[in-house]
Amino acid sequence: MKIVLQNLTKRYPNRNKKIKEDVIAVNNFNFEIPDGKLIGLLGPSGCGKSTTLNMICGLEKPTEGKIFFGEDDVTELPPENRGVGMVFQSYALYPHLTVLQNIMFPLENRKGKDRMTKEEMRQKAEEAARLVQIDQLLERKPSELSGGQQQRVAIARALVKVPRVLLLDEPLSNLDARLRLQTREEIRRIQKETGITTVFVTHDQEEAMSISDMIVVMEAGVVQQIAKPQQIYEDPINLFVARFLGTPPINVFKGEVKSGILYIGKDAVLKVVPDSKWKEGAQDAAPGVALKEGTVAVGVRPEGFVPRPEGELHCGLTAVEVMGRDTSIVATNDAAIGGSIRTIVSTEEIAHAQGETVNFHLKPGRTYLFDEDDGSRVRCKFLPLQ
Amino acid sequence: MDKNNNKAWLYLLPAMIFLGVFMVYPLFDVMIYSVEEGYNSASQTYFGIGSYNYNYVLRDPYFLQALKNTFILVVITVPLSTAIALLISVGLNSIEKLRDFFQTVFFLPYVTNTLAVGLVFMILFKKTPYSDGFANLLITAVGGTAVDFIDGPYWAKMFVMCFYTVWVVLPFKILILTSALASVNPDYYKAARVDGTSRLRIFTRITLPMISPMIFYLVITGFIGAFKAYSDVVAIFGTDLNAAGMNTIVGYVYDMLYGDSGGYPSFAAAAALILFAIVLTITCINLLISEKNTHYA
Repeated sequence: MKIVLQNLTKRYPNRNKKIKEDVIAVNNFNFEIPDGKLIGLLGPSGCGKSTTLNMICGLEKPTEGKIFFGEDDVTELPPENRGVGMVFQSYALYPHLTVLQNIMFPLENRKGKDRMTKEEMRQKAEEAARLVQIDQLLERKPSELSGGQQQRVAIARALVKVPRVLLLDEPLSNLDARLRLQTREEIRRIQKETGITTVFVTHDQEEAMSISDMIVVMEAGVVQQIAKPQQIYEDPINLFVARFLGTPPINVFKGEVKSGILYIGKDAVLKVVPDSKWKEGAQDAAPGVALKEGTVAVGVRPEGFVPRPEGELHCGLTAVEVMGRDTSIVATNDAAIGGSIRTIVSTEEIAHAQGETVNFHLKPGRTYLFDEDDGSRVRCKFLPLQ
Repeated sequence: MDKNNNKAWLYLLPAMIFLGVFMVYPLFDVMIYSVEEGYNSASQTYFGIGSYNYNYVLRDPYFLQALKNTFILVVITVPLSTAIALLISVGLNSIEKLRDFFQTVFFLPYVTNTLAVGLVFMILFKKTPYSDGFANLLITAVGGTAVDFIDGPYWAKMFVMCFYTVWVVLPFKILILTSALASVNPDYYKAARVDGTSRLRIFTRITLPMISPMIFYLVITGFIGAFKAYSDVVAIFGTDLNAAGMNTIVGYVYDMLYGDSGGYPSFAAAAALILFAIVLTITCINLLISEKNTHYA
């Protein structure tokens, strides 16, 4: 079942009654979620991702815009008539009921011709339990289960009524790191097995990157970028997205483009040319259009630094950290925002980082230019200086 | 180890002395009084040890009347007040506007003096040469005949008593239940809504079990409180409760000690211990019942 969000907008009256202007939680969200995909809504807290999920679920009504499940307009439908299954952040398992009773609860609500016999309900509940592999625990109370098991019960309860759409609100945030890895693969497996279109909300970029087919990055109620996980990482649309994804985070410098050369501080680092392949959004730097010169924000991913004695970017060396397979060089540069940068390099290259200073080449494919004022991406291509 | 033990006892000593002097010793003393036959508090003498005091109290028509009154009061007011409090709390919980205002209104009786409230009830219900009282005005307005609620038939007096008790205990119960309702995680209700649960089912299958420990607490304390009713009765019917036929067990104990026909600490002690036994039994039954039906999160 594909989900279509059309101009979806949610406004709340401001809590501070002196301010007349409404708070815009979600602003003009347009997106078509393809059938059978797993979509991650990603953003910092308060960005409107949970509001969006609640609107898809039907717990909140959009101020404007429409929601379609397939061809059905469900905007005005209450949640129970939409055929959605929802897993809450707190799991919301009824503590006084056993696992089996919890899973059967949605089925017991059915009336009229949808009514099922006790036997049918039990059978369906056991099926759902088997799918999430908790069929051994049916007689337990939720308090006797671990966090991961509770999570599975919550998913089973959402799946038992065979929903058209499965919604997960911060599904992994209550689990410890190890369980999180295991559970997210589990969610992926269950989603693949059932083929139900699934939307989940998270503020953890790693979580979103690891299991989503598509990621929607939101900030302040506005969709920033919708793309496949790797594409979002490699081709961020603006500085916010670039900063939000990736650990360690992207390093940002104040830079300047002067006669086709990118400077960071006094160091000329790369040659800048218009991107001939870039077609969409021709206002940035269409082929043949000269790149706007002046100050820019330069983002360089941690793995975009190559330490070499003859490197163009001159930095002060703070520390070399070896953590398992990763080696980090922490260095200082006056042009870096925050004053220091963190890089990830291969172990053989540490040899170049000794003494007081370290010099880096920048990888063209891991370096990005952003508008200094609004953070939007400045499309261009980089070439080495020589 | 020994040294630590001594220290522990030392720390416990103040509490133990306090409890011993004011709780344990009086309890045993009451037990002793209750079996001393013909005890005279002036001369501190008694004739012998036996069950005569209990026999006397259990045959005393005043005690039997008090026992009956107390039981009627308990059986009517405890379920009724808990149910009404639950109803009001659910109502309060589901409105948004004026919630604070109504909460204050419902809580007012709690901070009002018992005797003052009793006076107000007398004005509402008492028939005097000058006025029939507010309640009778209402009754005659709808075509009924006026009843004297304070000095009239037994059922009328009992009605006022129950009405008053329910009204007085409501605020505390509402306070407890509204906070219990507010502490239920709203995600449960959202999950139930997504699954298409009817409102009645949400209430019976989710809300009630979730607040069951608090309901149970209110029922137990309600039982104990109603069994110990005394000051409320005095506030409405005056101090000569035996004459009014509205005495309670605690009232009987008081009368046996200090009332006009008083001066019999042994009878008072026997009656007090009978009350103790009743409350203990009822509380144990309550605990047994609730163990199956109460969910502790």
